[in-house]
Amino acid sequence: MKVGIIKFPGSNCDQDVFHALELVKAQPEYIWWNKRDLSDFEAIIIPGGFSYGDYLRAGAIAAITPVIDGIKDCVKEKKPVLGICNGAQILAEVGLVPGVFTQNQSAKFICKWTELKINSTRTPFTSMYKKNEIINMPIAHGEGRYYNENLKKLYENDQIILSFALENPNGSMEAITGVCDEEGLVCAVMPHPERASETILGSDDGLKFFSGMVKY
Amino acid sequence: MVIAKMKYDAKIIISLKKGMLNPEAAKIQRTLALLDYNVENTGTEDIVKFIIEGSNQELVKKQVDEMCQRLLCNPMIHDYIIKITPKEE
Repeated sequence: MKVGIIKFPGSNCDQDVFHALELVKAQPEYIWWNKRDLSDFEAIIIPGGFSYGDYLRAGAIAAITPVIDGIKDCVKEKKPVLGICNGAQILAEVGLVPGVFTQNQSAKFICKWTELKINSTRTPFTSMYKKNEIINMPIAHGEGRYYNENLKKLYENDQIILSFALENPNGSMEAITGVCDEEGLVCAVMPHPERASETILGSDDGLKFFSGMVKY
Repeated sequence: MVIAKMKYDAKIIISLKKGMLNPEAAKIQRTLALLDYNVENTGTEDIVKFIIEGSNQELVKKQVDEMCQRLLCNPMIHDYIIKITPKEE
């Protein structure tokens, strides 16, 4: 499976995602922000980092780059798209997933391992987990507090895919830290599955995000 | 007929919608209290400003409003006030 990893000035988890994709025998390739045509790729991952220095709001500037038009085409063609951390913020800014990831309740950057619950297994990225399974993945963000005025719709459409299982470190509504679009093919998660893709890193709980995508 | 274009000063004041948690403002208020200044309802706002050319003030305001919707604000969480004034020479 040929998977595109989107790079913006300020992306910094692109190589980690590349490595995780190699572990699941996918063929990763980097894509620069100004590429418009993504028809060669079967899936897209927007990695974490600080695109455009988080100026204005995290993800706001990346959200209007040409590669986003290419990603919108991928969504129309029903290809899986995953945004991790800054990637999740970008997908929310574009409006491809509902809600917004805004400043943490504590106003601090939080970098730590967290216990998470898989709320839905209907997306390619969560298909290899069990519903309500508890996994460990790290978070590293200053703007990860999930906010959405219409939570009812999320529950009705099974769009919540990941939530904090114990403490809610950033004050997200209902401890939500991963959501998807109505189809379940565009997923945005604040925790980093690529940083939990090998036991040597402390956990390989996140690897199934990528193997699930390859299997899809 | 050529319509003369004028220069305007544009100022956009961006704030969080009423009722939304503002962690930065909460921290500022707590820190002021440490200095024995007891204040309430602390808020923070962002200002974006620039000079823009246009044929009249109304059209310029419309254009700036579009900028707010498309980039400068996230309408889900932000309110904004636009101020357009003829540029002082």
